Amino acid sequence: MDTHKNFSGKVLFLDRDDINTDEIIAAKYLTEITRDALGPHLFEDLNLEVFRRQVDIAGKSAIITRSNFGCGSSREHAPWALEVNGIHLVIAESFARIFRQNMFNCGMLAVELPAASIDTLFKSYARQETTVTTDLKKQVFIITAGDQTENIPFSLPDFERKLVETGGWVEYADSHY
Amino acid sequence: MGKTVAEKIFDSHQIDNPSDDVHVLKLDAVFCHEITTPMAITDLVARGKDRVFDPEKIKAVIDHVTPAKDSKTATQGKIIREWARRHRIRDFFDIGRNGICHALFPEQGFVRPGYTIIMGDSHTCTHGAFGAFAAGVGTTDLEVGILKGICAFHYPKTIKIEITGSLPAGVFAKDVILSIIGRLGVNGASHRVIEFSGPVVAGMSMDSRMTLCNMAVEAGATCGICYPDQTTVTYLWPFIEKEYPDEPAALEAFKAFWPDEDAAYAEIIEHDISSLEPLVTDGFKPDNVKPVKEMGATAIDQIYIGSCTNGRIEDLRIAARVLNGQKIDNNVRGIVSPATPKIFRQALDEGIMGIFMDAGFCVTNPTCGACLGMSSGVLAEGEVCAATTNRNFSGRMGKGGKIHLMSPATAAASAIAGRIVNSPLFSGSGK
Ligand code: SF4
Repeated sequence: MDTHKNFSGKVLFLDRDDINTDEIIAAKYLTEITRDALGPHLFEDLNLEVFRRQVDIAGKSAIITRSNFGCGSSREHAPWALEVNGIHLVIAESFARIFRQNMFNCGMLAVELPAASIDTLFKSYARQETTVTTDLKKQVFIITAGDQTENIPFSLPDFERKLVETGGWVEYADSHY
Repeated sequence: MGKTVAEKIFDSHQIDNPSDDVHVLKLDAVFCHEITTPMAITDLVARGKDRVFDPEKIKAVIDHVTPAKDSKTATQGKIIREWARRHRIRDFFDIGRNGICHALFPEQGFVRPGYTIIMGDSHTCTHGAFGAFAAGVGTTDLEVGILKGICAFHYPKTIKIEITGSLPAGVFAKDVILSIIGRLGVNGASHRVIEFSGPVVAGMSMDSRMTLCNMAVEAGATCGICYPDQTTVTYLWPFIEKEYPDEPAALEAFKAFWPDEDAAYAEIIEHDISSLEPLVTDGFKPDNVKPVKEMGATAIDQIYIGSCTNGRIEDLRIAARVLNGQKIDNNVRGIVSPATPKIFRQALDEGIMGIFMDAGFCVTNPTCGACLGMSSGVLAEGEVCAATTNRNFSGRMGKGGKIHLMSPATAAASAIAGRIVNSPLFSGSGK
């Protein structure tokens, strides 16, 4: 199992506040005993206009969304459902606290950007194929679409950065304690 | 400045402080059951980390759906069973010896004052009744607990609830905790620990204290804590008699886990229960509580007496006092699930099971059963259940079913009436 995550690739834009964990992965899949089994059901109940689930998710590695992403039940199945679909980075205006912690526990990135930057990203990129490249060392995202490109700096607390670098809390704890 | 109970436990267990807000604690016990542990096990295996930090400190049970009801639950059982064997986890409780984790593990003497305990289960807070810090956690935390015997927490802020007055006859720990949840609301204690203090708690049995702490999470609390006193010592004595010269010495040692006089609390609440009446929940949230008499004798289809909240011997005794010599209503189905084999045996020996059976109850083996709506008493659409459990969420006991939470006394009386009514044990009951 490769515990290191990929934080670069094509972006899925989800233009809504308060996308909850039930929309990310429905409660009826909580009885599954492998994470892979969650894969096909990501965003099954997502309430969003013009969302063609299978087409839109395919090949995506990152999500850009609005505020309070991951609210609702604290289930870790939500980050897992993203993880098994190859989506290891979520950029949002804000996150539900436990969801954000679960992301880092799984070695994934949940990064907050100011509302104005998120707004600009939606305006300039949401309607075209967009890629993000993450430079963890310099803490900067490079957003590209066609010949348009821009660098967006972000900041990550030290402990969270280490969790991401080691591949999550299990790997971190096993190598530190 | 003085410390709260949780602060004392944190300070004595901290091994790292990797960021301002993160405190890594050494764990005294990791509890496991077959619903949440298999996912942790398979992930550890996939990472090539199929290890356990200390097989003596891991306690595991198959309790939620047992005997297995289908291939999915059978597979969950198989994964945890094989894992327990492979790692020589001696305290693994399978069919014949198994019971509900939060009743079984205290009964086995696995909980001590000052302990740090985690489990992949919301009601792990029950074990705080012994003066321990016990918290429900997610799968990643459970994995790290199993692997390394540690867990990361935020430093706890504590709400102290002083329960004062005296319990009216026929009013029980379940009514007290329902009244507290009703007062605080389902998020009223979020990310907080609750210390239950005051004369009412001091006068409670361990069974009652566990009922109290069990539902702390329904007000959002991480853990509910009672101060370890002579009642705690008496309960634990068979397990600790080799560790202390005598009971007073054990009590003295346990006092290390009392809060300091000048401890700083997020909030101190006085909760007078002198005029408390038996309560019941309405709707689908546990903070939606009403006096039983305001329920207008709501008709019910099923009565469920059991669960980690109220499936202990004290609960069965109270229900049996109400049921003795009576029959339950023709239109209701009565189900009782003693929480552990020991409780089952005790209830048999005391004639309690006979009373339940004469009244028309079905007796199941010890299991979570109907509490989580996966087996042993699932409701049909539109049905109503009077239950001694802890969650009345929509769909919890079956899609389209409705649950009213209440004490064993109220549940037993309601079984006889076929409607939600006060028990004759309640002095103020007009009915
Ligand atoms: S009895 Fe109910 S609440 Fe308690 S552990 Fe079992 S399923 Fe959870």
